[in-house]
Amino acid sequence: MKIGIPVNDNNKESGVCISFGRAPWFMVYDTEKKSEEFIKNTAADSPGGAGIKAAQILVDSKINALITPRCGENAAEVIKGAGIEIFKSQGENIGENIDQFEKNSLDLLDDIHPGFHGHES
Amino acid sequence: MKAEKGFRLAVLSGKGGTGKTLLSVNLAAVIKNSAYIDCDVEEPNGHLFFKPEIESSKEVTVKIPQIDNELCDGCRKCVEFCRFNALAFIKDRVKVFDEICHSCGGCEILCPRDAISNRDVSVGIVQKGMSQGVKTLTGTLEVGKASGVPVIKNLLDEDLSDRETIVIDCPPGSACVVMESIRDADYCVLVAEPTIFGTHNLAMVHELVTLFEIPYGVLLNKCTEGDNPSEKFCIENNIPILGRIDFDPELGRINSEGEILARQSEKYKKMFESIYSDILREVAHETVADTKR
Repeated sequence: MKIGIPVNDNNKESGVCISFGRAPWFMVYDTEKKSEEFIKNTAADSPGGAGIKAAQILVDSKINALITPRCGENAAEVIKGAGIEIFKSQGENIGENIDQFEKNSLDLLDDIHPGFHGHES
Repeated sequence: MKAEKGFRLAVLSGKGGTGKTLLSVNLAAVIKNSAYIDCDVEEPNGHLFFKPEIESSKEVTVKIPQIDNELCDGCRKCVEFCRFNALAFIKDRVKVFDEICHSCGGCEILCPRDAISNRDVSVGIVQKGMSQGVKTLTGTLEVGKASGVPVIKNLLDEDLSDRETIVIDCPPGSACVVMESIRDADYCVLVAEPTIFGTHNLAMVHELVTLFEIPYGVLLNKCTEGDNPSEKFCIENNIPILGRIDFDPELGRINSEGEILARQSEKYKKMFESIYSDILREVAHETVADTKR
């Protein structure tokens, strides 16, 4: 299965990004192949609706689960609408989060926030 | 100046609580044949002072796309086109996020399969009323709606050809809702407080009106004997100061009771009349300067 994680840079050491929609990169980890790829989050600079577009990028990369510290309600609607489960990350370490996920010890993210929708438009 | 539409005077400030409504309501009350438009649609409060008799009320709607899933072949042109990211493609279907959509209609035009039509969604109301000769217009955005712009557009498009002067009470800040509110203004009055925070926000709206090339001046509110950083900012930037309102507990008390100062006492009536004549003098000066340019 494939897991998506918002990350601070395009390497495994960079850390889990505090933001979902505006994370600079996403890491997609394949649990069978034990390999990862990094996808640039082109939604990060969007004036609005970044979460929706970011979620679309992850849905299109065919992930089965998302690990993130937080997620806005619109992004969650896209992710969950595609049948993807959202798990709450524990700490910033990317590798540890994957280990925890594989041991089934990550909780589902249940505090979906109403979003930080900008009022610029 | 758009004479056929009446003279449009917009009152704005970078932050809330500086005295926009205080000034707008009282100016509209002392100006003959005036209208007052409350564009602060997230929290309109001018009506609390005017207590108008409501003459009409109308719903404001926006057009939101709806997708015919039978016709849609999943080309995703609409999803890629939407610069607001209001559309997503999940499980072979386009999903529309109503509150993100800006009703531009682009997706509907673009769809090669004509699978997109639209539906009206209510976002707020516009109420018209009268208060002792002042025509009042109030826009109220529904709770939870993302943008007040459609309600403000509706307010400003109302026919006010029978009114000579229209006072526009703007929302605080310098975002889209403010830009929309001052779009057709002939003159802007920036209300500022004598604080560093107030000056910072004054600088923001100053930048906005400069960008819009609308003539403007500053009214200094809540003035005390101490330093006034907003006044200093005006002097340093050659901004005309239209007048000053002193910090005054009596004024504050009457205002906080929801009364219109100019209707309560002759002293305040004279004060606002004097502020208005100073504004008019400045406007005339601007018009002359404009012809010279």
